[in-house]
Amino acid sequence: MKDFIINAFRFIEFGFMEPLVRLINGEEPKKNLILTLKKIGLPILTMLLFVFLWEIGAKSLYDTEADRRIEKARSERGDEAAEEIRQCLYPDTEDARLKGSDDCQVATLPAPAQVWDAYKMLKKDWEEIADKKAAFYQKVSKTNAKRVAQGKAEITYTGRPSFIDQIKTSLKTVGMGFLLALCIAVPFGIITGLSETLRSSTNWLIQIFKPVSPVVWLLLVSMIVKTVITDPDLDKAFVTSFISVGLCAMWATLVNTRLGVSSVDPDYMNVASVLKLNVGKKIFKVILPASIPLIFTGLRITVSVSWMVLIAIELLAQSPGLGSFVWEEFQNGATESNAKIIVAMFVIGIIGFLLDLIAIILQKLVSFSKEPVGS
Amino acid sequence: MAYLELRNVCKGYGSGSDRTEVLKDINLTIEEGEFIAIVGFTGSGKTTLVSLINGLTQPDSGEVLLNGEPVVGPGLDRGVVFQNYSILPWLTVLGNVMLAVKQAHSKLGNSARKELAMKYIKMVTLDSACDKRPKELSGGMRQRVSVARALAMNPRILLLDEPLGALDALTRGNLQDEIGSIWSAEKTTCLLITNDVDEGIYLADKIIPLKPGPNATLGPEFKVSLPRPRDKKGFNSNDDFKKLRNEVNKYLIEIAEQRDSGGEVEEIVLPTIRPADLNKKRLSFR
Repeated sequence: MKDFIINAFRFIEFGFMEPLVRLINGEEPKKNLILTLKKIGLPILTMLLFVFLWEIGAKSLYDTEADRRIEKARSERGDEAAEEIRQCLYPDTEDARLKGSDDCQVATLPAPAQVWDAYKMLKKDWEEIADKKAAFYQKVSKTNAKRVAQGKAEITYTGRPSFIDQIKTSLKTVGMGFLLALCIAVPFGIITGLSETLRSSTNWLIQIFKPVSPVVWLLLVSMIVKTVITDPDLDKAFVTSFISVGLCAMWATLVNTRLGVSSVDPDYMNVASVLKLNVGKKIFKVILPASIPLIFTGLRITVSVSWMVLIAIELLAQSPGLGSFVWEEFQNGATESNAKIIVAMFVIGIIGFLLDLIAIILQKLVSFSKEPVGS
Repeated sequence: MAYLELRNVCKGYGSGSDRTEVLKDINLTIEEGEFIAIVGFTGSGKTTLVSLINGLTQPDSGEVLLNGEPVVGPGLDRGVVFQNYSILPWLTVLGNVMLAVKQAHSKLGNSARKELAMKYIKMVTLDSACDKRPKELSGGMRQRVSVARALAMNPRILLLDEPLGALDALTRGNLQDEIGSIWSAEKTTCLLITNDVDEGIYLADKIIPLKPGPNATLGPEFKVSLPRPRDKKGFNSNDDFKKLRNEVNKYLIEIAEQRDSGGEVEEIVLPTIRPADLNKKRLSFR
């Protein structure tokens, strides 16, 4: 049982849980306690330290901004006005805090507690929207059934998307972009990797396009999409953003696939020659299996890059998703909105981490050079 | 007619001033059913010789004839066991052997192929590990897979390119026994490349030293007339064995000395230093 849990943790790259599991099992308590503190205690401590520094930083930023306003009021409208503003910015009593109007809010870096409040607010908001949506679909279920029977499109909920909906849209965009990258980069990488001539003829092109910024890709893609797609029902912003994500992120896979295919161990190639494998068998039985680990390394980088550029692309393409959520909140400019941006930042980070974890696990499953998991 | 014949084969690498001639004027004939061992120092061009015979490289001049036909590329009639195993790590033991069986016996049905593959896996005593992947196997087991794969092609000649070079002494001994018994059973023509004179004497009918490269060429043949099956334990008290080993070793040492004195040797002037006597009383620094 214990070994199973440890292996499961190792498999999902949560190896830091191992000493804790062993400690709970009463195995070498002293050694495992130290290891647990090192592997779990220290990261938690670091996080706490980070939150503490963040709190101090946010406080000092608030003070700077508040002082500036008080001084401004004093120089323009005298001491009384300054005192009034001070009361509003630093309320002494609960009563005063509640009375404080919106215009004396200071929109600067929000403190951890404010971010936590913003998270709770967002959570309440998405739960409400989910309820509304459920109620809506219940109401229109009969009409929809009728419309389907008549061959018409169903009525869909068109209200404001919740935060969860934004995350889903973003994941969809990234997924499509990743698939696109996969479909272009892997075959192209294999073909150019196999032929020395193609490799050198495409090399400059790849070297030039590889470092191009996501924003430029977006502009380029939107130029083309605008002309190609005329169907008004198609979501142009979505198409533009997922294609841009794909084009930005595919280079790592392309380059790694090429490298993998072109640098197969000569020993394996000798085996293929000695066994007189034909071209097809040589590619599918020797070259591709041998380059799978490098292809997956490329795909892992592609996943991370697509998630990273997605936010910027959504933000610019006005495509729904986390990127546009962040942009809208930023335009809003209130302290509360700033806190929501930070919530979004953490969500983006955690999702990126999870995506990377999935990619690592997949990569581990296909690699044959490392020891099997658990041995 | 000889099964395999090399006539005045030369091979070098590089061009211009970087060019090194590895093999020069190699003449070799192997009769059907013979077991020949080529013994040489590391770096003397042994692997190049194997590559020429199995068709992975072509000679610069001279001919490699197989059954009277010049060799133009690899063929299934020549099974190769590479020095560094070269088994495919993403396939199981069975998968590796099956790959060769499928190529060499394309007319057979699937179950017959598998039976054949299992026969050779059993021959190298790996039947209990046939579903394992190479990373789970020891070096000796990996080389066994390689031997089984070469045998599974049902080759007319088996080229063993320092097959046991990377193994420890104990595993090496075991595999020597195995190769010997497989050869006795199959009677396939064998060409063993090795750097171990004892290994050559134990397994082969003839031992041919390879003079070290550049410009490596084959030396005189030494016939091994020890009766088979050979008993390795009895070797140390066998006068014929000892005599043969001494002869081969003497020849190898001689050619090595020739090579070393062949080039211009720069005389190194040694500094005149007298070792200090540490027991002597010395002035101490303060």
